[in-house]
Parts: sequence; structure tokens; C-alpha cells
Amino acid sequence: MFKILDAQFIAPGIKRFVLEAPRIARKQRAGQFVIIRVNATGERIPLTIERSDPEKGTVNLVVQSIGKTTHLFNSLETGDSILDIVGPLGKPSEIENFGTVVIMGGGVGTAMAYPTAAALKRAGNRVITIIGGRNKDLVILEAEMREVSDTVFVTTDDGSYSDKGLVTDKLRQLIENGTRIDLVLAVGPIPMMRAVAEMTRKERIKTIVSLNPIMIDGTGMCGGCRVLVEGKSEFACVDGPEFDAHRVDFAVLVQRNAMYREAEKLSLEEYKREEYKREECKWEECKREVEEKNTMAPPQAEVVGALGEKK
Amino acid sequence: MSTPPTSKTPPKKSSNPLPNKERIKLPRQHMPERAAQVRNKQFTEVNLGYSEELARQEALRCIECAKPSCTKDCPVGVKVKDFVQLIVDGDFLGAAAKIREDNVLPAITGRVCPQEDHCEGACLLCNKGESLGIGYLERFVADYERQHFDLKNIKRATSTGKKVAIVGSGPSGLTAAGDLVARGHQVHVFEALHEIGGVLVYGIPEFRLPKSIIREQVDYMRAMGVEFETDVVVGRTVTIDELMGEEGYDAVFIGTGAGLPQFMGIPGEHLNGVYSANEFLTRINLMHAYEFPKFDEPMVDFRGKNVAVIGGGNTALDAIRSALRLGAGKAFILYRRSEAEMPARIEEIKHAKEEGVEFQVLAAPLEFLDDGKGWLRAARCQKMELGEPDSSGRRRPIPIAGSEYEIPLAVAIMAIGTTANPIIRMTTPGLETTKKGYIQADETTQRTSRRGVFAGGDIVTGGATVILAMGAGRRAAKSIHEFLCSGEWK
Repeated sequence: MFKILDAQFIAPGIKRFVLEAPRIARKQRAGQFVIIRVNATGERIPLTIERSDPEKGTVNLVVQSIGKTTHLFNSLETGDSILDIVGPLGKPSEIENFGTVVIMGGGVGTAMAYPTAAALKRAGNRVITIIGGRNKDLVILEAEMREVSDTVFVTTDDGSYSDKGLVTDKLRQLIENGTRIDLVLAVGPIPMMRAVAEMTRKERIKTIVSLNPIMIDGTGMCGGCRVLVEGKSEFACVDGPEFDAHRVDFAVLVQRNAMYREAEKLSLEEYKREEYKREECKWEECKREVEEKNTMAPPQAEVVGALGEKK
Repeated sequence: MSTPPTSKTPPKKSSNPLPNKERIKLPRQHMPERAAQVRNKQFTEVNLGYSEELARQEALRCIECAKPSCTKDCPVGVKVKDFVQLIVDGDFLGAAAKIREDNVLPAITGRVCPQEDHCEGACLLCNKGESLGIGYLERFVADYERQHFDLKNIKRATSTGKKVAIVGSGPSGLTAAGDLVARGHQVHVFEALHEIGGVLVYGIPEFRLPKSIIREQVDYMRAMGVEFETDVVVGRTVTIDELMGEEGYDAVFIGTGAGLPQFMGIPGEHLNGVYSANEFLTRINLMHAYEFPKFDEPMVDFRGKNVAVIGGGNTALDAIRSALRLGAGKAFILYRRSEAEMPARIEEIKHAKEEGVEFQVLAAPLEFLDDGKGWLRAARCQKMELGEPDSSGRRRPIPIAGSEYEIPLAVAIMAIGTTANPIIRMTTPGLETTKKGYIQADETTQRTSRRGVFAGGDIVTGGATVILAMGAGRRAAKSIHEFLCSGEWK
């Protein structure tokens, strides 16, 4: 059991958890991830480590409600626990002084990009950060990114905050303005990473993406997370999660991530139905309590049969 | 320094009333099992186990060789003759204690060990008919112990004050842990997954080895004093150097298993519907995907579909028999050699056939074909014939030109072996490995190139069996004990 020391929504449907996991906190490096299992019937899913505190023995996870497991996780509060967290998994990001790096975070991907941005800044790079979201509320970690970046650009799809457009529009502007870029790191939805890769390929700018395929054990054992890299299978959990964006077959990644779409939909619908039922029960209970109070009737003893079952 | 506990039963004369010439006439007692057409729809255990009467009947067949080759051929050296005699006596707990002197996982080996390659293959009764049912007897005794032995009666060994870390809770790690704790060392087992048992849990299906049995055997080890910690990937969460340094372990045993699943490198292996056997079995066994949506881990819908497993080992058979239980319409084994070369246990092949698995031997896929939406539609295969023996001693399959054919498939599961997991290799400086990435360890002492670090099981040998890994764990425990006593690393 791993205790949740703090849980706060940082955007609609996106929650930051501080978990007690001293072993992981001690070892975590930028670019690595964890696998969690919420409860005994739960699945194992990989999640981003936003940062860790080796002294306090804590790791921060940023979780976006997408499927059942993330919804379930995000229903947990401070003081709750999850059953399993294992890591840090994957190879750490390659950190050196590249010169000027552009860090691109799309949605919750920003949380994964953040520790690498911080490490690259510490290594002496000039860090230009572009983060984006569908709207103002979904732009996360802007303040944190500002602390570790020389320049931060923010884009929103609907223009509700900062520049209207996509993070790739900003990247194009930078390239067109003749900004010297030595490295791009892009973490976000697959279409965004693919668009970045296409854009920088032409410019021959080294580009790294952090991939998040379906995964079970996270130690190389199952091979479920295999991605096609220049026609060869590589495992995101041991060979990645970061890959050279220009060598990744994004179409296969999209296709493989859709493998369980129907089951995932079913799981989520079932979860939401149950959640609705739970809420309804709470409401009923509430109503009953009020009614009981109002009538002030003495509590009725339950009739119990010989075997103890309620009649 | 204490030695492992020994049974208090003194050696004695045989109580078997039958003369040898009568014993060899007795037929082997069959294992009662669930009917094939019932069991192929459910994950409950196939074999039902001997009754006390059947066990005693079978035990009477043992001819009590002066130099028993069954024990000699057992990788952990179970004293078969002695425990079988205790069954004849009706002292089933005594028999269990006798097995436990050499084997800490009797309920597991009694179920999954390929006895025909070891004890039963060496049994002299083979010359006269069928071997003694040693595996069945072991299983009986272990199950009797599970039901009748109170864990409170376990006596812990006197502490030596030495600490040993075991990396991986599969068969080699558990065996090493059991032998070391019996010698009084403090033993801490690290497991990367959320359940103890390694391949026993994620690899072997419920119908062959129920999870409850693994849990009970692990509880027995807990009662012996072994500590377990899940969710630790040694190499990532903590390194071997940190274990030997700040965590204060006097020795480390690495038994992490083989690891990475191999693929054939043929076109279409990335299609949806193509699995590694490890992933497929992990979803089923560790994650209970066959109980979706009660359990959250999903599985592709197998109902009424054609499913093929590529390979001929125990893993291949576990996978295809699981596929049947998920409702596969047709279930094939595609194996490039002939049935005689299959590495699977004979009992598994027999069970699979009874359950309706179709064996397409001397055939291999050349390519997986797409349905246009990223899902598997069919496999283009090629027929093979057998040529001269290769380095494995088995006859080499040679493709027959012009023999290509297509089979419609919705799911293909690759069970063609594994390669070494790189995590420990990458994170342990000075640990020598082979060209293929397996850890180099001495064959008798299991010592690696690093002082105080031992290794055994599939991470040293490549994919093998539960019992061979247990043998390595046993040798390692002996040699770790010697190292801890003498402090010498020659």
C-alpha cells in the first residue's frame, strides 16, 4: 500500500497526487515513469512522474481522467492509498548541454516534459518551452515551466488564453524566425508528437518524443509496449520511453493503442454507472436521515432469522 | 552453523508387503482429471489429485532400488524412495517433511515438473512398463500437507546474523530463499510485479497451477521467516550495488528469469491481434483478463475466432489451452519441427489434444496479413521437412519450396522463446555477461564475476524449466552459505 499524502485537481479532470514512495523518490530521474495499480481488481497502467522529493520520500503524479483506471485514481483523496506503484521505469532522459532546446508539452504531457526541461536547464541549455491545451483550464504547470525556462509560450486551441493555435504553430514560427534549435523534446498526444516530428524532420532538428503505449509489467517481460522504430520492434519500457521522433512509426502506435478501445469504453461506462449509483445511494441515505429526524420515530429492530440472514 | 532441518524419521526397513515381482505387475494409477469438454471452457484445475487410497496403491509399485536413479536425476535431489515409503506407511506428513528436505515447493513441482525428463524418466519401472507416478505422489503429499499441516509447527533456524537479498521470486529465487532461511540466514526477496511467484504466477495458467497453491507455498516460506517485498525492480528501484552497500546485504542472488519475449522478425508482427506469449499469459494469469470486466485488464475477444500459437514448448501449450478457454473457435499449434521434437511435457500435449487443440506441425508463418484496419486477418505459412540435427540435437526444419498456404487467424501468439532482460546487466558494473546478455555464473557454485553476487535460473541459462531453475537456486544457496560462513571468495 502506498499512501496519498496530497491530492489536488490542477485542471478539470487533471489531478496531482503526492505519494509516499521513498524507494522511487530516491532513484527517479527526468524522463522516467511509474506503473500503478489502484486496487486488487485493477489494471496496471504507466503514469508520468512530475517530480520527486528524495528527502521526504515522495513522488508526484499527474493523472488525467481518460479511462476507468484514471477516473478511479482521480476519485481518491488525501489519506487514501493505492495498492501498487513500481518504478522508476524506463531509461532516464539524455541530459547534456545541447545549446538551445525547445520543450513542447501538450496537455498532461507537460508533466512528463517538466522534469526533463528542468534537468536540461540545469545542464546549461537555453530552454524555450511551448505548452498548450484545448482551452485555458487545460494548460497545466505554466508557473513551474516558467521557473525552468528562458522563454515560455502558451497556446490554446480555442484562444481562451494566450495565443490561439497549436503548439506546433508556435514551433513553426520559431523555425521561420530563424531561431537556432539544437534539440526538440515533444511530449503529448500522438498527433501532436507526429506533427512535431514531421516539421523538424525537414529542418533536420534532432527531436525526441516520449511514448506512452499500452504496457503491463514495465520491465521488458511482456512485450506489449513494442513500438515500430525504423521497421524494428523496440520496447518502450526498457528501450524507451524516449525515442528519436524521426524513426518512430506513429501510425502503428496509434493502431496498437486502439487495440482495447471497446473494452475500455465498456469499463468506463460501467464505472460511471456505478459511480452514479453510489451518488444516488448517498442521496437516498441523506433523504432517509432527514425523514427519520423529522418523524422522530423510534428505530425499528431488524428481524433476523436463525442463520442470521435478514428477513 | 546449522544445517537444514531433517526429518526425524529414522531409516528403516520397508513396510511394503509385496515382493518386487508383484510390485512390477501393478498398473500405474491414473490421475483423475476433469472431462476434456468441460475443462476446456473453464480455468479450474484439470488434474484432481490422488485420493489417499490411490496414492498408497501407486506407492506400493516402488521397487526401492539400492541406488535410486530417480533421486540422482532430480535437479534438487528429492529422496523419492524415502518419501514413497512413508506414503506406504500412511505417514503423509512425514513424507511431506522428507520432500521438504530438498524441495521447498512440492505442491508446485508436483504439478508442473517434467518428470519424464528427470525422476520418472530414470525410474527402472520404465523397463517393465510405466514409471512410478512420482510427480502425482509428490503432488498428493504436498496437497495433504497443505490441508493438514499447521504452519505454527514450523521451527525457525537459529539466526546467523547474515543477510541475503534474493532478486526475483520465481522458482530459483524461492528455492534459494527456502534453503538459506533454513540455514538461519535473514532472507529478503524482491519482486518486480505485485504478486510473489514470478513465472509461476504470470506464466503458468490456473488450470495447471492454481494461484492459491502458490500463495500457500509462499505462506509456508513466510512462516519459515522469509521476507517478501513486491513492486521493486532491482536495477531501477534499487541497484545491486546499493543492496550490497547501504542496504547491508552480505550476499545477493539474482534469479530474474529470462525476460524479453522474442519475435520472429517477419512482416505483420506489429498488427493488433499478435501477442507475445508472455503478454497474453500475463494478461490471463497475473491480471485475470479472462474475468473482464470484473477485473479491469482487457483482452481481445476470442469467442468463435481462429487462434494460433507459434511454438512447441510448455508456454505454447499453456497459451493455446488458455485461448480455448477464452472461447476460441479453432485453436492451432504451429510448430516448425515434428511432434517428437516438441519440448513440451507429454501430459500437456495429451491434455491439449483431448481439449481440441489442432497441431499443425512442420509449419511456420512467413508473414501476418492485415485486414486493412490494422488487425490480423491471416497468416501465410510454409511447410517444413526435417533435415540433419542442429546444435540443439534436434532435427533441423527445412522449408519446402512452393508449399506456402494461408490460414485465417484473428489472433496469433508468439511462443518462440525469450532473450535476456537487460536491466540488471545495464545497472551493475563489473557483472560479466555472455554474448547473448545472460549473466555468467559458475555451473556448480552459481558465483558471478562480482564478489558476493550469485545468479541462477533462466537469467543464466536462457529459457528452461521450473525444476532446473530450482536446481540452480539450491546450488546457489549451498554456495552462498559456504561464502557467508567462510567469507572466502576464491
